[in-house]
Amino acid sequence: MALLKRRVRGQENIPTASLPDIVFMLLIFFLVTTTIDLDMGIPMQLPDRGGEFKVNPENIANVLINSKGQILINDELTDLSQVTEVIAQKVESRGLDPDGKPKLIVSIKTERGTKYSDYIHVLDAVKAAGATKISIAEPES
Amino acid sequence: MQFAKKSKPTSSIPTASLPDIIFMLLIFFMVVTVFKEFNGLPVLTPAARTTEKLESKRHVAYLWADEMGRVSIDDKIVSLDEVEPIMAEKFANDRRLIISMKIDQDVEMGLVTDIQEEFRDAYTLRISYATRIK
Repeated sequence: MALLKRRVRGQENIPTASLPDIVFMLLIFFLVTTTIDLDMGIPMQLPDRGGEFKVNPENIANVLINSKGQILINDELTDLSQVTEVIAQKVESRGLDPDGKPKLIVSIKTERGTKYSDYIHVLDAVKAAGATKISIAEPES
Repeated sequence: MQFAKKSKPTSSIPTASLPDIIFMLLIFFMVVTVFKEFNGLPVLTPAARTTEKLESKRHVAYLWADEMGRVSIDDKIVSLDEVEPIMAEKFANDRRLIISMKIDQDVEMGLVTDIQEEFRDAYTLRISYATRIK
């Protein structure tokens, strides 16, 4: 039997001229669908269940917000614009923990009828004052 | 007087590496893209100065609450009692879960607290109040 004649190998090239176009199209698709860093917010750690412990009452700043948006810090009526100043003062006067965090614990208490925006504005002001230990107390009904 | 015509130099930008550059860009965008899964409820979140970026986009669950008191998770309106089992399941799948709470600024704190109590039951303690940059 005669040997099969070897086929002449043709030049087999995939045309790559349109490759950039295809990649461009994909690129544009991903450019359009990408949204970078849309998720912004104020991080918070909720308290564990049943984990009650004693703290020095002098290290606590009680912040109360009522349903009218009035703010009480340690029984003193405070305007929202002054919250940062008052808390910053307290943070400084209580000093730092051995781990470098301020000793002051800010306890924010609201009423059930308090507006969420009032709460966030106070929380924002407290955070801006440099307080890191913030506790959210359950509202009085 | 006749001048010899100057030969024009051929000026062309080399485009051989163009696909490589585009590929690199493409790969970058493919990696950073996280597709938006849910639309949620129309809410206007409050503005805050201390707004921070969320640590990671891949470990985030969303919860919406609008001023009418409706609570939505994953595009479904849910009642308060349903929040705990849903979140517990999400937490079981992802221990690094952060819940981004997209709450309308006119919502009352009573509802927010009730939702947070559900989160505490589900042990999803890391939350973030979604806010706008002031």
